[in-house]
Amino acid sequence: MNFPILSYLIFIPLLGFLAVLFLPKEKHNAIRWVASIFSFIPMVLAFWLTFDYYFAFSGSADFVYVEGPFEWIAPIHAQYFLGVDGISVPMLFLTGLLSFLSIIVSFNITHRVKEYFAFFLLLETGMIGVFCALDFFLFYVFWEVMLVPMYFLIGVWGGPRKEYAAIKFFLYTLFGSIFMLVAILILYFTSEPHTLNIVELIQTAPGFMARTPQMICFIFFFVAFAIKVPVWPFHTWLPDAHVEAPTAVSVILAGVLLKMGTYGMMRISWPMFPEMVRYFHIPIALLGLIAIIYGALVSMAQKDLKKLVAYSSVSHMGYCMLALAAYGSVTAMAGCMFQMFSHGLITGALFMLVGVIYDRAHTREIAAFGGLGVKLPVYTGLMVLFSMASLGLPGMSGFVSEFMVFVGAFITPTLKVITALAVLGVVLTAGYMLRMVQNVFLGEFDRSKWNHLTEINVREILMVSPLAVLTIVIGVYPSPLSNIMKATLQNLVNLMAR
Amino acid sequence: MPDINLEILIPEIFLFLWALFLFVFDLGTKRKNHQLIGYLAMFGVAVAALLLAAYHGGQGFNRMFLSDNLALFFKVIFLGSAFMAIGSSFDIASQKIKHHRGEYYGLILFSTVGMMFLSSAGELISLYIGLELTTIPLYALVAYYKDDRTSVESGLKYLIVGAFSSAILLYGLSLLYGLTGTTDIVEMKLNLSLVFISFERIGPALILAMIMVIAGIGFKLALVPFHMWAPDVYQGAPTPITALLSVGSKAAGVVAFLRIFVDGLYGFADTIMSPLNWGAVVAVLAAAAVVLGNITALYQKNIKRMLAYSSIAQIGYVMIGMVAVSKLGIASVGFYMFIYLFANMGAFAVATIFNDKTGSDSIRAYAGLSRTSPALAAFMAVFLLSLAGIPPLGGFAAKYLVFAAGIEAGYTWLVILGLLMAVVSLYYYAYVIKMMYFSSETPSFSIKSPLSANIVLVLGVAGLLVFGIYPEPILNFALTTARSLGF
Repeated sequence: MNFPILSYLIFIPLLGFLAVLFLPKEKHNAIRWVASIFSFIPMVLAFWLTFDYYFAFSGSADFVYVEGPFEWIAPIHAQYFLGVDGISVPMLFLTGLLSFLSIIVSFNITHRVKEYFAFFLLLETGMIGVFCALDFFLFYVFWEVMLVPMYFLIGVWGGPRKEYAAIKFFLYTLFGSIFMLVAILILYFTSEPHTLNIVELIQTAPGFMARTPQMICFIFFFVAFAIKVPVWPFHTWLPDAHVEAPTAVSVILAGVLLKMGTYGMMRISWPMFPEMVRYFHIPIALLGLIAIIYGALVSMAQKDLKKLVAYSSVSHMGYCMLALAAYGSVTAMAGCMFQMFSHGLITGALFMLVGVIYDRAHTREIAAFGGLGVKLPVYTGLMVLFSMASLGLPGMSGFVSEFMVFVGAFITPTLKVITALAVLGVVLTAGYMLRMVQNVFLGEFDRSKWNHLTEINVREILMVSPLAVLTIVIGVYPSPLSNIMKATLQNLVNLMAR
Repeated sequence: MPDINLEILIPEIFLFLWALFLFVFDLGTKRKNHQLIGYLAMFGVAVAALLLAAYHGGQGFNRMFLSDNLALFFKVIFLGSAFMAIGSSFDIASQKIKHHRGEYYGLILFSTVGMMFLSSAGELISLYIGLELTTIPLYALVAYYKDDRTSVESGLKYLIVGAFSSAILLYGLSLLYGLTGTTDIVEMKLNLSLVFISFERIGPALILAMIMVIAGIGFKLALVPFHMWAPDVYQGAPTPITALLSVGSKAAGVVAFLRIFVDGLYGFADTIMSPLNWGAVVAVLAAAAVVLGNITALYQKNIKRMLAYSSIAQIGYVMIGMVAVSKLGIASVGFYMFIYLFANMGAFAVATIFNDKTGSDSIRAYAGLSRTSPALAAFMAVFLLSLAGIPPLGGFAAKYLVFAAGIEAGYTWLVILGLLMAVVSLYYYAYVIKMMYFSSETPSFSIKSPLSANIVLVLGVAGLLVFGIYPEPILNFALTTARSLGF
């Protein structure tokens, strides 16, 4: 493997960042097109990577397309070390796709265009980097690099309370990261010889670490990742950030950033501290249950369309936590991966669609609408499609993932009751989604108020249609996706049985 | 036959003579050309750096003057801070201090010579002389706006506190001399380990000596609780001088601390070796500095006061590396100061340029800066994010090393506290960014910074990016400094 595809994936958006910086700021269209090209190439590379991985490597659990480890900062043993496996490949696919689509979504940004696209490409570099890094120092750097562009994207282009939402997001996630940093340092200094190599530490950490430091490290990592997911009670930054963020940023936030938390658990905490996972799996499942039920109940009470989708993310990510707690089941792990993937597609699309109506109506208040199905049939069709996917209608990806999560969790003897309670979440989800559909699209149409609304345009249809296609394809025929990750997840479960 | 070895002093001698030349030149040209004299001063610093590269290594004056790696490393920092302070002073020189430009630049160079001497001092007397040579020109520089009440007030404050702390330091040093019979730091270390057996006999005097030296140097470092003077002085002084105070003169204090404590009093760093240890005391002071500096900075409305409190906190982070008393610890201290040079000098340079144009130091005045002066705002954002320790900027690598050293030495509580306070610090650094970027106001002015200041800003950002992404060369260099202290 001579073509360093992962480095290209990471650094092409960075090149785009530089390219945008050197464009004159009045040339809005040039900036938009340069940004789309520099996010289109990584998307194509990510697609190619996924197909190549599927045909060439999906039977093995090893890291492939490995680059390095190259010496980076020798005195502290930081290395430039990249590689992917069945967990990271789907995430790269999702990141590549959603980043490109978000850039397309952002074509209607007219305020400080140059800075917007520059920050967006920088953000993409950070996200791809996180999913490729196999060295703790590198991982941490990418993890943090994302915060700055995100801070600016919310803070400059956000809604009325943008400043509050931006700093809250920044402080909250940084607060989580510092615990990760301490855990990384503890791991580094207890390993002998000192190393920051994630692959090596996965093999050796359960051996060389005593129980107490393991517990400290596990909890620290858990806090860092849980804030990102976000697991209740660390979720309070999420609704603020989502509501204030511009549409494309919400898409990225829900579609990719939240997945980093669960990705971090699957990549780092779970295989590195299997004993702690076994010890804590019931509390983790409980947190998942609380997130599912609480997120759904709060969604039900929302008056704002975007807030409803935001809280539904809390609920949906709860399924991932429940699945992760079922550490011994490959089905549950696959369910978690499926849930991450399909939540990225569905919630991404929902945020885009909420953005579409907000651009036209300048409000997102559910009660303000009614009977939009008369005036906007295509838009209504798409919105209903994704709402059904979100509530887990069979034939869509949301159903597949939730089903796998429940099956996997239920066969774990200790989690039977929690799983049974969690199934209630499906009913609640159906409740708030259907209520939303009913209030916004059905009923009496207020012709005097909303007659000026125009139907969803071609650009907007094009940006949600890939997501719609994928949602249905995975819902009907999930096995290619599950084949990609099967071997890796089996290996993960084996590692956790140590 | 004493070995004088005068040639290792060439950089210092050159810089001293160059300062005198600047005085004469300014008089000779009837104080007309403010640009040229500034560039001459920068040129002198650059030449001194080249001379430093050519003549280093060895020792002179019977170990009173050591040209070891530690000295070399910190001299680079001193010269860098002088260079950047001079580079950001051009507008001040052309507007506010028309009649004393030569002296202004000359005094900066004098102070730099003092710092260089200090970092090379192998024994207590030359260390003290170096410290005085550093601070006396700074007294004058702080009060340089003669017609400005706050500048004069802060000059006076700095003079009184400085003289007071020097006296305390000198008392502490004299006690150390009395206990060990020598002023040579390495000999002192040996003698102390010999009398260590009868520790009870010298215990109280040694404690007194250590407290006095910590207090004396602590004043220079603005280490909590010896920091009260710093915000006022920082606010009143001409901004480039504030920058020099916060970087150059602090780095000088750090070297003094390294030489006296980490080297000379090595045996008393932790409880395993002696019942009293300065490590625990300094760890508590570091914790206090980090907490107090960061929390107080949250409430500042004036950018210079905010940066003053931030630099109080930053020195707390340096002290975390210091109390580790290890190879990594010493390297992290050096590395931290090196990165801090770029970030802090850069931030103060932006504050200087901003003040030259608008006459304001208020953070509120920065509202909307990114609309009319995008480059300046972007530079400021980079400097502040580096100070907050966000990767991939240099400040992250620096904080990482300091914390790594802390964890390695077992100061986990201190590291966690430091990290929590780093989150707090992000709030006030981001507040300035928020003002510059998120505010909907559009300022009436657009700032074009002069060439010399642009050199400083670009140097600062380049340093942070290059050494943030590829810190290895500087880190390796910093690791060799540990050898100078016997690690």
